[in-house]
Amino acid sequence: MPAGTLYRGREGMWSWVAHRVTGVLIFFFLFVHVLDTALVRVSPEDYDKVVATYKTPVVGLLEYGLVAAILFHALNGLRIIAVDYWTKGPRYQKQMFWSVMGLWILLMLGAIYPVLGHAARDLFGS
Amino acid sequence: MATEVSPKDAVELTSSSASYSPDNPAPLIEPPRARTRRTPRSTRTNFELYGWLFMRLSGVVLVVLVIGHLLIQLVLDGGVTKVGFAFVAGRWASPFWQYWDLAMLWLAMLHGGNGLRTIINDYAEQPNTRVWLKTILFTAVAFTIALGSLVIFTFDPNIR
Repeated sequence: MPAGTLYRGREGMWSWVAHRVTGVLIFFFLFVHVLDTALVRVSPEDYDKVVATYKTPVVGLLEYGLVAAILFHALNGLRIIAVDYWTKGPRYQKQMFWSVMGLWILLMLGAIYPVLGHAARDLFGS
Repeated sequence: MATEVSPKDAVELTSSSASYSPDNPAPLIEPPRARTRRTPRSTRTNFELYGWLFMRLSGVVLVVLVIGHLLIQLVLDGGVTKVGFAFVAGRWASPFWQYWDLAMLWLAMLHGGNGLRTIINDYAEQPNTRVWLKTILFTAVAFTIALGSLVIFTFDPNIR
């Protein structure tokens, strides 16, 4: 890493890094997702065949990761808007970052059963 | 014209600017992005301002659209296990969900495309690389928006 590329660290910089990384991941997923959905114009069998792979435990784990990326990007995006438009936003950006992380962890805990439940039933039987 | 400045209102000068006075003014600093006659045509518009505004406006709408989409597809009613051709056919029988998905497609692709454009501008330093990457990006975004819109509006539940 060239000298001087690490900005100031802490909440401000790392939330910016995470916002970029999650944004790029979601964008590339979106390409694939539009392509797979386009299979409904090919045939019901081809679409169902591809969607069947989305119901496997491994892809289920990837879906959980996608939900994690989207929820972080959404919550941190709202924080960015608050920093930009709320008069006191810049002063409370750190508190808002930790609120985002707290809410994100809660939502991710809540998503375990709905998103990964079917994978657990596949792996360990119901 | 001499104006009286009461000590209460006077700005306290720091050491770097203390030597400047009306008789010895500080040098005029041009705004770094002042538009002059030599400014390239492409940077004379407010495109970046509107891009910045679009990211915030589309972002708020996408939070609602995408989280709703995740709830429908991955959480409610059996989660991902219920998704299949029949499920898609059922949802797209309603114009509400067609336009929901259309809005999500356009806003998400433009939001993501503009985000990636910013990242290319930040990290690709060679002018040639920038042009190529942005050409590929623009093509991919246009193709995906066109394909997705076509699929939503030409969907045929009785295809087979």
